[in-house]
Amino acid sequence: MTVQFWLNDQLVETDEPHGLLLLDFLRKRKRLVGTKEGCKEGDCGACSVMLGELKDGQVHYRPVTSCLVPLGEMHGRHVVTVEGVTPKGGLNPVQEAMVERGGSQCGFCTPGFIVSMSWYLMCGKGEPTLDGFKRAISGNLCRCTGYNSIKRASEDVVAQYGPGGQHANIWNASDRVVALADAGFIPSHFKGMAQKLADIDHSHAGSADDGNVVDFFIGGGTDLYVQRGEHIPDSTVAILNRYPEMRGIRVQDGWYHVGSLTTFEQFAQHPEIRKVIPKVDEWLWLIASLHLRNRATIAGNIVNASPIGDMSNLMLALDSELVLRAGDDERIVPMKSFYKGYKQFDKKPHEIVTEIRFPVPKSGTVVHFEKVSKRKALDIASVNSAAKMRISDAGVVEEMSLTAGGVAATPLWLKDTSAFLVGKAINTDTVRDALEVAMNEISPISDVRGSAEYKRLLTRQFIISHCMKLSPSTVDFQELA
Amino acid sequence: MKHYDAQFHVRGESEYIDDVPPPAGMLHAAVYGSPVAHGNIKGFDASKALAMEGVHAVITAKDIPGENQIGPIIQDEGLLAETTVHFIGHPVAVVVAETAEIARAATHEITMDIEALEVIVDPREAFKRGHFIDAPREFNIGDIGTAWADCDIIVEGECDIAGQEHLYLETQRARVVPGEGHKIQVYSSTQSPYAVQRMTAKVLGLPAHLIEVDVKRLGGGFGGKEDQATPWAVMAALAAHLLDKPVELVLHRLDDIKMTGKRHPYAADFKLGLKDDGTIVAFESKLYQNSGATADLSTAVLERSLFHGCNSYFIPNARIFAAPCRTNLHPHTAFRGFGGPQGMFVIEAAIAKAAETIGVPREEIQFKNLLREGDSFPYGQKTEGCHSRRCWEEAVDEFDYAGMRAAVDEFNANNSRDKKGLAIMPICFGIAFTKTFMNQASALIHCYPDGSVVLSTGGVEMGQGVNSKLINICAKEFGISDSRVRVETTNTTRIANMSPSAASATTDLNGNATILAVKQIWERLRDLAATKLGITDVGDITLENEVVYFRGEATEITWPELTQLAYFSRVGLSAHAFYATPNIWFDAAKESGRPFAYHVYGAAIVQANVDCLRGVYDIESVRIVHDLGRPINEVVDIGQVEGGLAQGLGWMTLEELAYGDDGRILSHALSTYKAPDVFYMPDDLQVRWVTDDSPTGPYGSKAVGEPPLMYGIGAFFAIRDAMRAFRDDDYEFSAPLTPEKVLLGIQGHTLSDYRKGEIAAE
Repeated sequence: MTVQFWLNDQLVETDEPHGLLLLDFLRKRKRLVGTKEGCKEGDCGACSVMLGELKDGQVHYRPVTSCLVPLGEMHGRHVVTVEGVTPKGGLNPVQEAMVERGGSQCGFCTPGFIVSMSWYLMCGKGEPTLDGFKRAISGNLCRCTGYNSIKRASEDVVAQYGPGGQHANIWNASDRVVALADAGFIPSHFKGMAQKLADIDHSHAGSADDGNVVDFFIGGGTDLYVQRGEHIPDSTVAILNRYPEMRGIRVQDGWYHVGSLTTFEQFAQHPEIRKVIPKVDEWLWLIASLHLRNRATIAGNIVNASPIGDMSNLMLALDSELVLRAGDDERIVPMKSFYKGYKQFDKKPHEIVTEIRFPVPKSGTVVHFEKVSKRKALDIASVNSAAKMRISDAGVVEEMSLTAGGVAATPLWLKDTSAFLVGKAINTDTVRDALEVAMNEISPISDVRGSAEYKRLLTRQFIISHCMKLSPSTVDFQELA
Repeated sequence: MKHYDAQFHVRGESEYIDDVPPPAGMLHAAVYGSPVAHGNIKGFDASKALAMEGVHAVITAKDIPGENQIGPIIQDEGLLAETTVHFIGHPVAVVVAETAEIARAATHEITMDIEALEVIVDPREAFKRGHFIDAPREFNIGDIGTAWADCDIIVEGECDIAGQEHLYLETQRARVVPGEGHKIQVYSSTQSPYAVQRMTAKVLGLPAHLIEVDVKRLGGGFGGKEDQATPWAVMAALAAHLLDKPVELVLHRLDDIKMTGKRHPYAADFKLGLKDDGTIVAFESKLYQNSGATADLSTAVLERSLFHGCNSYFIPNARIFAAPCRTNLHPHTAFRGFGGPQGMFVIEAAIAKAAETIGVPREEIQFKNLLREGDSFPYGQKTEGCHSRRCWEEAVDEFDYAGMRAAVDEFNANNSRDKKGLAIMPICFGIAFTKTFMNQASALIHCYPDGSVVLSTGGVEMGQGVNSKLINICAKEFGISDSRVRVETTNTTRIANMSPSAASATTDLNGNATILAVKQIWERLRDLAATKLGITDVGDITLENEVVYFRGEATEITWPELTQLAYFSRVGLSAHAFYATPNIWFDAAKESGRPFAYHVYGAAIVQANVDCLRGVYDIESVRIVHDLGRPINEVVDIGQVEGGLAQGLGWMTLEELAYGDDGRILSHALSTYKAPDVFYMPDDLQVRWVTDDSPTGPYGSKAVGEPPLMYGIGAFFAIRDAMRAFRDDDYEFSAPLTPEKVLLGIQGHTLSDYRKGEIAAE
């Protein structure tokens, strides 16, 4: 099927394979070479582009890494590259600030930074802040500057567009993208884009879960393209993101229903999720860059089955169940019995996960997540751990669901440790005993993420931390040190 | 003042090699590297690869028309392996195909029959067996043999210092276009165009004048493209020459990490002797450099470890011994600092050990022994314009180190989970290529009658801003606006025999050559202006702000009028000039001389916070006083200081290269090798300058590229300081100090209980 989308100011129609990487399409087919290839696994951001998607009559833009995005998903979208945020013959405000402050040295990462920073200028929420810019460039790696000149450039833009700044009215305009375009700060092709996207034919045949056997189901693609990227363009693929019905979160009949294509970012920003996991947004900054959170899906993390998956360990602790479908057949599998061994799980090849659901936690439940990696942000964990916990007013544990990642062949439900703690008062002594149980429940191996000994130690520390979270006054960290 | 390249970068219009539209019929190359770390090649089968649609050729060593040799200093490195492979990824064959994807896929279809040989990855093991790249060397000062008797305290210890991946965002790449009469046009992402020219000529068996190497810019180099850009360019040239087609070779990131060398890992032993009052009397260190499989630049890197083995301290009796140990890893190579950082780490560790033994703050011993004017280094040179103490004192005063220390102590007294630590890191770094002959450079300037100027030098722009500084220098020397000057690509037909852009010396060398070239043209123009104005006293004619002045008074002649006049008066508007750094020499037989034009000094205060529950940490602040000389372009200079610091912090903390015992690199991608991101770098990063004249830098400026990297060493000792605040222990001097080492260090003892439990369970 022909893929039709807007690329900067041009309408593109292409019959290239749907699995072709957007990055390769941009550089090799369209010779839009401002977008750079640095790592081809989403870790450097040199290939950052903005994806605009029509929703409720408005175009919503998100920065993503084009090295992990299939061309087939671009149908009906607006793809914006560095060339597309550059006004003719001039510089946009972030470009100008970056030049002025020396935020670009060798220049190879710079187009990616410009796209991310331009996105923040166009779409950032709340007042503009340095922290907002830092979050926008969380997926952009620079090896030359040490980032401080980029921060200074960001501060310049914040001063211009923040309260009292000369362009504060633009930031606060009802349609900031249009206001920026009207002022000539960004190209005019952004204007009227909603209508241009609406004019693209969105009808499509079939659905993602029709039971057809394909080589690859592509969801967020953030790990699939890293593992199998060289094979995907020549294979048959089902682009799941063309079926938006598998996105979104709703609460119904005592359950949270999370569409399998819900991205990490959508999950973290959802008000219903925030109600029961208030700190989810904070943890997400330990989990992935904004670019990857905009792509990575909850279900993808679960069926990836990496023992160290961050969301899978969290969802496991929440007592989640998976809704699996193939054609008209549907079945439900609890996550706590889903994993069978390393990368082995209870899903048939033609089944897809359509939904993840978990019971609404009882009042007073504490959900906590721990992760340590070499670099705090955008790094794979050495060990992670999630907990769903509840204690009575008398300080007795009523519910305990502990998980740990990176310490076994699968995301691990710490069944024995959890059971051990139920019915007990949380204090330094019971924690000490629980650690003994936990140490016999895990079987970490040494690898590039850390030695087995280190992973044991981290698991220990995380359980202490969970218990301190649950009952800060009765657990003494120093006594356990 | 700006980084002039940035205006193109931000628009995405800056061109790197593969951004330029390809010439018709261009083919793509990929490299097949050895799957094992050491072995004899018994068989090689590329039939499946050759049978693939789109594959044009598989080139091996036997196809080389010239010499299969690209060793830059020692002739021990073939372009392609012939009989033996020495590391995983050791290039054996070049596959040429219609697309890069086909070429790389075809490399996976090649098989080899290899008789495996023993693999050594540990430099101490290689040392024991006498596997050396070259003979070990040592620098001596005083009499180390008798000095130990004068010491009140002697401490000994070991260091383990890991390497570092360059992580230039643009991987290694080259495009080669064959021309008439065997002319070879090479576009290479190299810091050393002349090395690429020389080696291409040698491998193809052609004279150098047939090889033209052109470099517009690099997407980062950091030393990783000083010598190791060469093989890929030569392979592309070999393929282009043999097939008579344009060929491009772009290394995939995974291949780049696997096949290219990194900063040298070092193991070291140290012994430090002091008086009771902290005065250092004697220092001995033994450095075991993990050189990798071939020499590359290892012997030169080793030499700089020797030069900087005492960092900023005067030590009257010292012996620094260093051995380049051959292992079965990729050949390690230049990386910002070039062996200096490893040498400095050892003396800093020794001082830490001594301070902990005596029970005094580390800073007390550091300060007591800082260099003074006229002190001797162990290589005979004496300090001139020594700013060691000045930088330290200004840092301590301006940033209120005493107040910082008091605040940290108070924090630590009131917090059990988090602990803070502090460290001061002084630096002293010698400026010049330590191979004296390399301290030469040329510049070529053309002025056009419209007043515009184009400048060519041997300097390669790789983000360090050399082009911006050369524009500043050229414009300033003429007396014209920066906007008149454009810097051309670095090209071997315009500038011959250039030294690599390395050793922090690129602006010094090429800037001085530029000044000399401007002077030649100016002298002609000045005489012309004198004739025009009817003045005999040419010495009183100057050009300022593009106007000719006579005795301080503006005349009616402007710069464009002067160039126009020159053209019609048949006065040459071009000049080529040559510069060689004066007054440097080194006698390798005596290991003594005056190898450096000058030294750069500085001091950094680093503060860290350690989360002692999880072992993770933050670098909270870095406050620096840096010896910059007279600034030419402060936007560029601050970028070098901050960027160098970031790499130094990364090297000391989170950048961990992991290898298996079989020589396989485990941290093989950006998902497993982590460099600092925007959240990692502290917002509180302050830099103050010391701006005294340098003796040889253009307009009194000093080299700035490498020295700031070594401020990063302070992070190791700041984190260690915080660890000791949590639990007083003799922690290993093992870098990088990853969260794993921190947590195992401060909490690892708690695991011993559970081991018993496990045994009981069995």
